[in-house]
Amino acid sequence: MRIGVPRELYAGEKRVATTPDVASQLIKMGFDVAIESSAGTAASFSDASYEASGCSVATVDEIWGDSDIILKVRGPENDEVSQLKSGQTLVSFLWPAQNPELLQQLTERGVTAMAMDSIPRISRAQKVDALSSMANIAGYRSIVEAAQHFGRFFTGQITAAGKVPPAKVLVIGAGVAGLAAIGAAKSMGAIVRSFDTRPEVKEQIESMDAEFLMLDFDDEDGSGEGGYAKVMSDEFIKAEMALFAEQAKDVDIIITTALIPGRPAPRLITAQMVETMKDGSVIVDLAAEQGGNCELTQADQVIRHNGVTLIGYTDMASRLATQSSQLYATNLRHLLTDLTPEKDGQIVVNMEDEVIRGATVCKDGETTWPPPTPKLSASPPKKAEPAPAPVAVEPKRSVAGPIIGMLLAGLALLGLGAVAPASFMAHFTVFVLGCFVGYMVIWNVTAALHTPLMSVTNAISSIIIIGALLQISSDNELIIWVAGGTVLIASINIAGGFAVTRRMLEMFRR
Amino acid sequence: MNIDGILSASYIVATVLFILALGGLSNQETARRGNWYGITGMAIALIATVLGVVTSNYEILMAALVVGGSIGLIAARRVQMTQMPELVAILHSLVGIAAVAVGFANFMDPGKHLAGVELTIHDIETYIGILIGAVTFSGSVIAFGKLSGRMSGKPLTLPARHWFNLGLLLAAIWFGYQFVLQSAAGGGMQPLIIMTAIALVFGIHMVMAIGGADMPVVVSMLNSYSGWAAAATGFMLGNDLLIVTGALVGSSGAILSYIMCRAMNRKFLAVIAGGFGTGGGTAAAAGDQEGEIVAIDAEETAALLADAKEVMIIPGYGMAVAQAQHIVHEITQTLRAKKINVRFGIHPVAGRMPGHMNVLLAEAKVPYDIVFEMDEINADFPDIDVSIIIGANDIVNPSALDEPDGPIGGMPVLECWNGKISIVLKRSMATGYAGVQNPLFFKENTRMLFGDAKDTLDAVFKSL
Repeated sequence: MRIGVPRELYAGEKRVATTPDVASQLIKMGFDVAIESSAGTAASFSDASYEASGCSVATVDEIWGDSDIILKVRGPENDEVSQLKSGQTLVSFLWPAQNPELLQQLTERGVTAMAMDSIPRISRAQKVDALSSMANIAGYRSIVEAAQHFGRFFTGQITAAGKVPPAKVLVIGAGVAGLAAIGAAKSMGAIVRSFDTRPEVKEQIESMDAEFLMLDFDDEDGSGEGGYAKVMSDEFIKAEMALFAEQAKDVDIIITTALIPGRPAPRLITAQMVETMKDGSVIVDLAAEQGGNCELTQADQVIRHNGVTLIGYTDMASRLATQSSQLYATNLRHLLTDLTPEKDGQIVVNMEDEVIRGATVCKDGETTWPPPTPKLSASPPKKAEPAPAPVAVEPKRSVAGPIIGMLLAGLALLGLGAVAPASFMAHFTVFVLGCFVGYMVIWNVTAALHTPLMSVTNAISSIIIIGALLQISSDNELIIWVAGGTVLIASINIAGGFAVTRRMLEMFRR
Repeated sequence: MNIDGILSASYIVATVLFILALGGLSNQETARRGNWYGITGMAIALIATVLGVVTSNYEILMAALVVGGSIGLIAARRVQMTQMPELVAILHSLVGIAAVAVGFANFMDPGKHLAGVELTIHDIETYIGILIGAVTFSGSVIAFGKLSGRMSGKPLTLPARHWFNLGLLLAAIWFGYQFVLQSAAGGGMQPLIIMTAIALVFGIHMVMAIGGADMPVVVSMLNSYSGWAAAATGFMLGNDLLIVTGALVGSSGAILSYIMCRAMNRKFLAVIAGGFGTGGGTAAAAGDQEGEIVAIDAEETAALLADAKEVMIIPGYGMAVAQAQHIVHEITQTLRAKKINVRFGIHPVAGRMPGHMNVLLAEAKVPYDIVFEMDEINADFPDIDVSIIIGANDIVNPSALDEPDGPIGGMPVLECWNGKISIVLKRSMATGYAGVQNPLFFKENTRMLFGDAKDTLDAVFKSL
C-alpha cells in the first residue's frame, strides 16, 4: 500500500508526519512512501534526505489522489477533506470531541480515520501515545521559553562578581509535560517545586528530585479515569488557591500544565497572584489552548503584565519541530506495525484490538467514536485495587477467626486441665512456653540462614537420643538392641547436623 | 549426691544453650558461635545422661555413638552444597525413625506401672509420638527421593486422594482408641503396629502428591514434624529437655513453612493437599501469551554487563542444577573490579529449600552483604541497568501481579521488568513449575540467552 505524507497547511505548523529514518522502516514493512515536496523543510528534513531513504517526492495532488494511507500531524483543513475519498485511511490528530463537523464529514466520505489523540491510555499503547510524546516536548520547551524571557541564571553561583541565587520554579500539574518541565528545570540548576491533585504522582515528583507541595487536606484523590486528573471539590480548590497565592510571592517562574479531559482548563493563577509576583518573573501557560490556567494568559501570545511575562504559546511541540517530528513519526510507525500484522504492507483495521479500536473514529461510513471504555487504567494504584468482594470478606474473617480460635483453644485447655494429672500439666506448661520461645527466636533468623537453621534444628532435635539412653540399660534384650540402634541413628544425625551446619556457616563470608 | 538434681540442672543448661544456638542464627556474625552453643548443649545433655542414667551396656552405647558419629561426620564432609536439601531431608527421616524406635521400646519396657488416667495419657503420648515419627520418617524418605532425583518430582495425584487421606486419619484415630483399650488390659501391640503402617503410608502419600517447587514447604514442614516427634517423645518419657527442644524445633519448622507459603501466596493446607500445577485448564488460558522473544548471545550479554552501572542477579533452581554458582561469582568479581555495583536478589522460595540460594552463593564465596532478600531490593529495580535471571521462572513472572486470578496470582515476585534490561538464561521456552507462560519473556526490555546456564555463563565470562 502507498503511504502519502502531505505538507502541513496550518499556519506556523513546522512538524511533519514522517522522517527519513522512520520512512525507511515503513518501506521495510512493505509500504511505498511518498512525501510532498518540501513537507519536511520546516523540521530540517530535506527532500533529498527523504529520497535517500527510499521515499518518492510527489506533488500535493499525487499525494491525496494516489495514497491509500495519509499520515498527518494536524487534522485535515477543509480543502484537504474534500480531496479524501472512500477507502483511504487517514491518521492524524483529530480531536473528535471538539470537531464534530470534521468527524461527520470524514464519516460521510467513507474514510477510515484514526485519531492519535484517542489512543487508549493502557500500558501496551504507550509506544503509540503521541499525546505523551508531544507533552514531553512541550514540557521541555516551556522551560526553554521561560529561560528565554527570564533575566537571570537558573543555577545558583558564587562568582567573583557576587552571589547569584538559584531560580525557583513552580510546576503545577505533574503529568508528562509537568515532569518533563521539572527535569529540564532541574538539570539547569533551578530549585523546583511541584503540585498536583493526584497524590500518586508525589513519588514521581520526588524521584525527579523536586519538592512535592503537600496540601493539608483530607486525602481527596484527584485521579480520574485513564490516569488523568478530575474536577476537585470547592474546599479543595480554595486550599489549593491559597497555596498558589503564597507560592506566587516566592517563585520566579511558574509553569502550569493543569488540564482535565473534555473541560476548559481550571483557573489556578488569578490576576491578583500575578501582580504579587516579583518583577521579571515568567509564567508559561501550557493550557493556553484550553483557555489557560492563568486568568491573564492570551493564547499564542507573549504579554507583559506588571513586570511579569506571560507566555501562552499553544504550539510548543511545533517549536521543537525536528524532535517532535521524530517522536510523532515513531508513534505512527508503531501504530502501523500493529496495523500490519503480516508485515506485507497491507493494513488490517482489527476492531478487536483495544488500541486500534480506540484510535479509529470512523470506518466504512460509520462513526465509531467514542469507543467503549478501556479495561485498564494506566495509573498503577487503581490497577492494584482488588475486587470489592474479597475486601468485604477479609475484615470479617480477621476479626471473628482469631477470637473463635482462641475461645476453642481456651476451652480445650480447660477440658484437658480438668482430666489430666498434675504431672502432665507441668510438662504441658513447659511445652507451651517452649513453643513461644521458639516462635520469638525464629522470627529473628535472617532469611539467608534458613538452610543452616534447618540443619541445626535437625541436629538438636536428635536430643531424642536421650530417650534411647534411658532405655539402653534395660534387662530386656530386644529393648537393648532397639535402643542401641536408636543411639546409632541419632548420633549420625547429631554429628552430621552440627558438622554440616558448621561447614555452611564457615562459607558465609563478607 | 542428688543425681536427679544434677541431671535436671544439666538439662536446663542444655535447653538455654539450644535457645542461644537458634538465637545466634539471627545474623551471620553470631551464627558460628550459635552452632557451638548447640554442640555444647548437646554434649552436656549427653554426658549428663550417660553418667547419671545409664548403668550397663556401655559397650553397645559407645560403639553406636562412635559408628553413628563417624557416619554423620563423613556424610557432612562429603555432601555437595547443591545436595543440601537431600541431606536435610534424610536427616529428618532419622529423627522420625528414632522417635518410632524410642516409642516402641518404651511401650515394651515392662518397668512402668501406671494405671487409670495416667496410663491413658501415657498411651496417647506414646501413640502420637510414634505416629508423628512414622509420618516424618516415610515423608522424609520420599522427599529425599524426589530431591535427589531418584524419584520423579511430579506430583502424584490419586483420583480420590483427599478421601484417602481422610480415611487414613479416621483409621488412625480408631486404632488409637483400640490401642488405649487393649493397653489397659496389658496388650495393644497389634493396633500400634497397624497404626505405624498407616502412618508410613500417609507420609509417603502426602509427599508423593507434592511437586518439585513446593519442596521448600515440604522440607520445612518435615523439619517441624521432627520437632513435634521429639516433643511427643518427651511427654511420653516425662522429660522436659525433649519437650522444650522439640517445641523449639517444631515451631521453627512451622514458621519456615509459613514464610515459604506466604512467599508463594498459597495456603498451607493447599500445598499439603498437593497436586499444584496440574489444573491445566486455567493455566493454559493465562498462557495464551503472544509476542516476540528477542534472543541474545553471550558476547552481547558481556557487552551489556560491561556497560552497566547497576547489575542484579536473580538465581533460581536452574543455577543449582547447572552448578553455575562458581562462574557467577567469577563474573561478579570481574564486574565489581570494574566498579559495577553487582547485587543478588533472592526470592524466598527460589530453590528447593528455604535459604538454598544463599548457601550456594556462600559456597561460591559471594560476600553475603551483596545478597539481598526480595523485600529489600524489589523497589530498586527501576535503577537497575541489567538484571540476569539464571534458571528462574515463576519468581519473576509479571502475571502474578497482572492476573490476580491466575494460578500464581498474588504471589510476590521480583519485579525485574522495571529495570532497563532483563536477560533470562534458560534452556528452552518451557513453562515454569506452575505451568504458566511467563509474559516477562515477551517484554520489550527482555533478552533471552538460551543454553545451559554454566556453559553460557562461561562464554559470557570469557567475553568479559
